[in-house]
Amino acid sequence: MRKFTQLTGLVAPMDRANVDTDLIIPKQFLKSIKRTGFGANLFDELRYLDKGEPGMDNSNRPLNPEFALNRPRYQGASVLLARENFGCGSSREHAPWALEEYGFRSIIAPSFADIFFNNCFKNGVLPIVLSEQVVSRLFDEMYSEEGYQLTIDLQQQQVKTPYGDTFEFEVDAFRKHCLLNGFDDISLTLQDEDKIKAYEEKRKQTSPWLFNAIS
Amino acid sequence: MSARTLYDKLWDEHVVSQRDDGSALIYIDRHIVHEVTSPQAFEGLRLAGRKPWRVDSVLATPDHNVPTTSNERRSGVEGIEDPISKIQVKTLDENCDELGIVEFKINDQRQGIVHVVGPETGACLPGMTIVCGDSHTSTNGALGALSFGIGTSEVEHVLATQCIVAKKMKNMLVQVDGELAEGVTPKDVVLAIIGEIGTAGGTGFAIEFGGSVFRAMSMEGRLTVCNMAIEAGARAGMVAVDQITLDYVKDKPFAPKGEQWQQAVDHWRQFTSDEDAHFDRVVTLNAADIEPQVSWGTSPEMVLPITGNVPDPTREADPVKKQGIERALFYMGLSAGQAIQDIALDRVFIGSCTNSRIEDIRAAAAVIKGRKKSESVKEAIVVPGSGAVKAQAESEGLDKVFTEAGFEWREPGCSMCLAMNADKLGEGEHCASTSNRNFEGRQGYGGRTHLVSPAMAAAAAIAGKFVDVRKF
Ligand code: SF4
Repeated sequence: MRKFTQLTGLVAPMDRANVDTDLIIPKQFLKSIKRTGFGANLFDELRYLDKGEPGMDNSNRPLNPEFALNRPRYQGASVLLARENFGCGSSREHAPWALEEYGFRSIIAPSFADIFFNNCFKNGVLPIVLSEQVVSRLFDEMYSEEGYQLTIDLQQQQVKTPYGDTFEFEVDAFRKHCLLNGFDDISLTLQDEDKIKAYEEKRKQTSPWLFNAIS
Repeated sequence: MSARTLYDKLWDEHVVSQRDDGSALIYIDRHIVHEVTSPQAFEGLRLAGRKPWRVDSVLATPDHNVPTTSNERRSGVEGIEDPISKIQVKTLDENCDELGIVEFKINDQRQGIVHVVGPETGACLPGMTIVCGDSHTSTNGALGALSFGIGTSEVEHVLATQCIVAKKMKNMLVQVDGELAEGVTPKDVVLAIIGEIGTAGGTGFAIEFGGSVFRAMSMEGRLTVCNMAIEAGARAGMVAVDQITLDYVKDKPFAPKGEQWQQAVDHWRQFTSDEDAHFDRVVTLNAADIEPQVSWGTSPEMVLPITGNVPDPTREADPVKKQGIERALFYMGLSAGQAIQDIALDRVFIGSCTNSRIEDIRAAAAVIKGRKKSESVKEAIVVPGSGAVKAQAESEGLDKVFTEAGFEWREPGCSMCLAMNADKLGEGEHCASTSNRNFEGRQGYGGRTHLVSPAMAAAAAIAGKFVDVRKF
């Protein structure tokens, strides 16, 4: 998993409440055998004018000019500013996969759906909860200034605006630790690598047949 | 050390490290992989630049998606008509080839349903911890092993670390004593158990099946019982090691040989529960009370003896249960109080990881021999659990028994158990099925599944409706 320490990035809007995972990545794309390749279909129904199907060449599809992420000013955004209950619906891990692959490293909203919130941490994306009021203010600032960037400092648990305002946010200590270090569940287990190896060595002595090759 | 259960012993032996939050790192001896739940796990490994911890602990075979007609199987992977299934099977081949994982490919004679292949090859052994990205991995517990299903992210975790992070479950003993009547099979025993404790009865528990019935039961019968532990809510089911276990395992292709065999046997003999071991819950059934079972509803706990009548919701006081019965009756197209023996059948399926081993095929063939499938049954298919089972059955001439009776004899795979390939029920069709799940739509949209033993399915195919195999 990619580490998340500090980020200064362009902010883009997803200006509606209750964005569900099917809107983030529609179900027809879940048949894929891959964990990658979802970025091009992030927000597919909003982003394109035709109906997306797996296997299409997305570069030839008609873009919806009304959709914010298609506007030149938001290209290269890495922070998504969203409204309440972002990520509701199914538990599909494809949703954070799609967001991460598109380029978003952090999502700021007044509230998130539970499972989605968890899934973000597992995939190197930092979801940040700020009050409704603060989020509204950030939306206003972003709309009125092209190139609006925010700085997110995970260590300090702060979001800083270009105007010098600082907002604190909460994050679970364990998750913070994992994200700061880029630890996923596997890396955490691998911290016990020596114990696993020692266990294995012992078992090779006591139960050698378990290590016979099959062919 | 205080008295321990079989599960306690298996758990203790595999703890790599105990963590403060109550979870433990558990070492996995065998990892079985199939095409549906593995692709993202392999890709995750690749993206993170990781390699499998111990390639020789992994065994792969495609089963869920493979076609079962000889025609479609003839040209291997390339012949698979459904493009998405084809890609999944191909992806498994590519991943295994790249990483050097042993795979029984689609037309390898050793290919088959993961939970049939594991025990019959000796890849799964007593005393092991075994995982697979499939809930019916509980099957292997019959060997006296700790075996359970895992999700895709855990598949990746086990590939990368050889371990799983788990919390210990509670101990449940299901004790069945006495003698089973003629015509009552392991499938009937496990359906009766699920009927008794319900589909959530085993949630949070590891179930040990004990008592004289399981001691006398063949290994294949025990595999059938443990297979359905998950249908009782338990991730793991198991049976203690005894002489029957050892006789079954001996001489399997991957079983230890020579001096190692003796060493292994000495080790495996400990895998029984101590006499005064503590179980958090004990359930007892009397073998003599168990009759051949038929599921009538849309959950495996909705099961009755063949002599029974479908429930009448108006007699149910509990409003939630009443509604459940009404909904199931509606979906199944049955009327309240209807006799099980009046349910007419459209299709018959003999197969799945529950009942597709040689003893199952023999039991069905014994009922069918010299008889003909009823005209009213549109299709009756027999899908052996593996290439090895198929070859054995053919060498005994059983395939002829089926085809002469008007059954189809297929290639190994999961087939109509989950209807991921072309084998499925039509809307509203009733099927006598030897599989393990009768959920709405499980065997095809609108399909109506009745879970039964192979002998009962065979008798139903001949009669065109459910009949009591004891009087058949
Ligand atoms: S036979 Fe059915 S239950 Fe068994 S592994 Fe295949 S799909 Fe799952």
